Parts: sequence; C-alpha cells; structure tokens
Amino acid sequence: MIKLISLLCLSLFATAVCAQEMAPDVMIKKITNEVIGIVKQDKDIKAGDRAKINALVDAKVLPHFNFDRMTALAMGRNWRKADAEQKKVLVREFRTLLVNTYSGALAAYKNEVIEFMPLHAAAGATDVTVRTQVKRPGAESIGIDYSMEKTPDGWKVYDVAVAGVSLVTNYRDTFNSEINRSGVDGLIKVLERKNRSLDSQAGGKSK
Amino acid sequence: MRRVMGLVLLCALGGLAGGCATVGGNPNDPLEGYNRAMFSFNDSVDKAFVKPVAKGYKKVMPEFARTGVTNFFSNLGDVWIGINDILQGKIGPGVSDFGRFAINTTVGIVGLFDVASKAGLQKHNEDFGQTLGRWGVGSGPYVVLPLLGPSDVRDGFSLLAVDWHGDPLWYVNNIPTRNELVATRFVDQRANLLDASRLMEEAALDPYAYVRSAYLQHRRSLVYDGNPPPPKPDPGPDSKSGPSGAPTAQAGPALAPAPRNTPQGGATVAAVRQQSYEPIVPRNYAAVIEHSGGVSENLQGARR
Repeated sequence: MIKLISLLCLSLFATAVCAQEMAPDVMIKKITNEVIGIVKQDKDIKAGDRAKINALVDAKVLPHFNFDRMTALAMGRNWRKADAEQKKVLVREFRTLLVNTYSGALAAYKNEVIEFMPLHAAAGATDVTVRTQVKRPGAESIGIDYSMEKTPDGWKVYDVAVAGVSLVTNYRDTFNSEINRSGVDGLIKVLERKNRSLDSQAGGKSK
Repeated sequence: MRRVMGLVLLCALGGLAGGCATVGGNPNDPLEGYNRAMFSFNDSVDKAFVKPVAKGYKKVMPEFARTGVTNFFSNLGDVWIGINDILQGKIGPGVSDFGRFAINTTVGIVGLFDVASKAGLQKHNEDFGQTLGRWGVGSGPYVVLPLLGPSDVRDGFSLLAVDWHGDPLWYVNNIPTRNELVATRFVDQRANLLDASRLMEEAALDPYAYVRSAYLQHRRSLVYDGNPPPPKPDPGPDSKSGPSGAPTAQAGPALAPAPRNTPQGGATVAAVRQQSYEPIVPRNYAAVIEHSGGVSENLQGARR
C-alpha cells in the first residue's frame, strides 16, 4: 500500500515537474490548439457569448500570463511610484481591461491557420519570444509573438505583440501621461471608469 | 486629382509648421497639438460618414461579394508590392508577388478570386515608405494626415508623392469610373476594419495615444518584415517588481522620455530631438536580416 502511494506521489510529482519544464514554444502550441479546438466547436462562443468566452479564457489562457509583470512593464519607471496597495489595484484593473477587450477577439476566429515558428533561444535562456503566424487567405499573414519568461511556476507570458504591436508598449504612453497629469491614483480612476463603462455596455447589449 | 493631393500635402505641411510650437511628452510626436486636432477631425468624419457607409456596405453585400471586392483591389496592389520587394532586394518575394498577380488576374478572373494564396503564394505587405525604411531612412515624427489618418513624415511623403504612381486605379482614364473605384476601395477597406476599430475603441484609454503607438510599432515591424530589433528599453520598472527581473536583451542607451513637468529649455528640446530620431539601421542589422531569411547579401549590397 505504501508502495502504491509513493508511486502515486511520484507520478503526481512527475506531472507537476513536466508542466513546469514544458518548453515555452511547446506550451504556446498546446494552449493555442486547445483553445482553437474549443472555439471551433462551440457555437455560443462563435456567436460572441461573453460569459462562455471568459470562462474559457479564465481556465485555459490566464494561468499562463504574468499580469504583475505586464502591469509593471506598462507602467515603466512609474511602477516605483506606486505603493503595494496601488500596485495590487493596478494589476487587477489592467488585467480586467485586457481580458474584457481582447478575449472578445476569439469570437472573430474564422478557421485561420496558425503556424508555429521554430524557437530561437539559447539553451539556458530564461526570457524568450515564441513566434506564431496567423495565415489568412487573401491577406498577408499576421505575426503573434509571445514574450515569455521562466518562473518557478513554469513559463509565463508577459507581453503579446500582434503584427509587431506590443500590448504592453501600447499602454505605456497613456499610463505615463495619465500619471504625469493626476498621479497613480488618477490612473487607477481612469482604469476603473473604463472597466465600468465596458461592463455597462456589455450588460446593455445582452439585455 | 493631383491638385487634391497637393492640397492634402499642403495641409499636412501647414500642420507641420503650425504644430512645431507644441512639444508634447512623446519624443516621436513633437507635433502632438496639431496631430490631436487632426485625429479628432478624422474621427468625426469617420463617425459621421465613413463608418456608417462601411457598416451599410457590410450589411447589404453578402460576404462572398465583399471578399471578391477586397480580392479585386488587393490583386491590383500586388504589382506595386512586388516592385517594392525588388527595390528592397527581396527578389524571391517580389517574383512571388508578380506570380500572384499573373495567376489571380487570369485563373482568378480579374482578381476576384485569390487562387494564388491557395497555391501557396502568400500575400505581402510592402509600400514605398517601407522601402525607404529598409534603405535606412528614419521615420521622422508622427503625423496624422487629413482623412488618410496616422502616418509619419517618411510614410506620408511616400504615400502622397510616390505610392499613388504605383496604384493602377489612378491610371483609369474615365474620371467618374475612377472615382467610383477609389471610393469603393475606401469603403471596402473601412468595412474590413470595423472589428479592429471596435476593439480599439474598447481597449484604448486614450484612443489617440493608442493609435499612435500601434501605428509606429506596426510600421517599424513592417520595415523589418516582422523581426524588428528590440526597441530602446523604457526606463524599466523596479527590478524587484517582476518575479524574474531578468534584463531583456536590449541594446542601446536608455531613452528618458522628455520631462513634462519642467519647462522645456532649448537644450533639452535639442537633446530630445537628437535622441528621438533613432537611426533606423541598428548595429545588429545584418544579424537581424540574416535571422529573417538570408537575404543579407542583397541588402548589404543595396546599402552600399
């Protein structure tokens, strides 16, 4: 019996280690294929059912993102101006904004083929870019690049660049000027207001 | 039409001169005052006329018809794309673009069907602004053009002075037909962007800054065909904040954004100017090109 339990522990441990050690490009491929597989079959998601999309994103995508790092990068040097409590709120609000606005794009998926580029990284690299290409008939393909870093919990995405446009960089200007105008609390207010207005829009639409 | 183009150019230049007085926070956008005004003008034109027309067009036309229209104009563009590929020393892609045009014009019935994509010839994105960028011309400050939208000095010049020479529509002799074609293409392009513009409206806290950043990043990426060298590092967050704190492999001196709270002394402005127009050809250019597919010899030749 003890043998069995120790075997079980070992196998559990092994899977945990596996999850951690999964190479970043393999991980992106696995997640992408999984999510697309679900989107393809789910009519509600294709019709834009936000609750279902959010559930899918929550379960499959978000665990692999590092929103602390994303927020810190979008804040740039201003990150130091925020105290611990402000940081927590900023991360929460930024995360809500990104998830609510970008996960809706899943509904627009129309059988585009996604190609995974070979990973160019040194053996011991802890910071890599995983490149993918979305092939669209009749239009140039769009690159989606994931910047990833190695953490104790496995590889985490800290930035996504679509067609060369980095999500994090795109917010940096706005964050910077907002903080210059009205401080960290001002930025928090702007983010909260934005999220509330998106919420009420979504609510209005579903009714 | 030349006159209209001239007028637009004049407006843009007038804006340049007028906007020079305003120095905003972004070193790439010294014309922010003028640009914001033009951005909101364009936005109101879009909301009042262009977007409603594009929405109606999307509603009335069945999807296969819209795809046909998009393909038709896209096919006409492939020749100019091919020429720009050749100008940049990218012979393979250039030949592929001419092949696309040949196949789609014939087998694809005057371009209504994009057969070439199915045959494995991918569509590319090239224009003269990118060619200049490849040749080492810096983008210059960000400029919002009247009606045409976000641009920069290099790309705006290319668009207004060069690219339209490579646009077959401007060679249609019958003026009303030509104008109809140009208008249809405009509406079709706007209709294709409806989803993207909605996403932008939802995601942006400040649509102007959001579009500016997206435009500059996207164009930079296009010049390097999707493999731009790492951008200048932002004075990063406290290294203790990120779990890794690992320095991302980035070269070059840190560029401190222009101080906004302090009055801008002449020296500061000059320093910012000097720093902001980065040479578009970085030190690791050859490595980047090599990385992107072994056309370095051609390019090295072209640069000399």
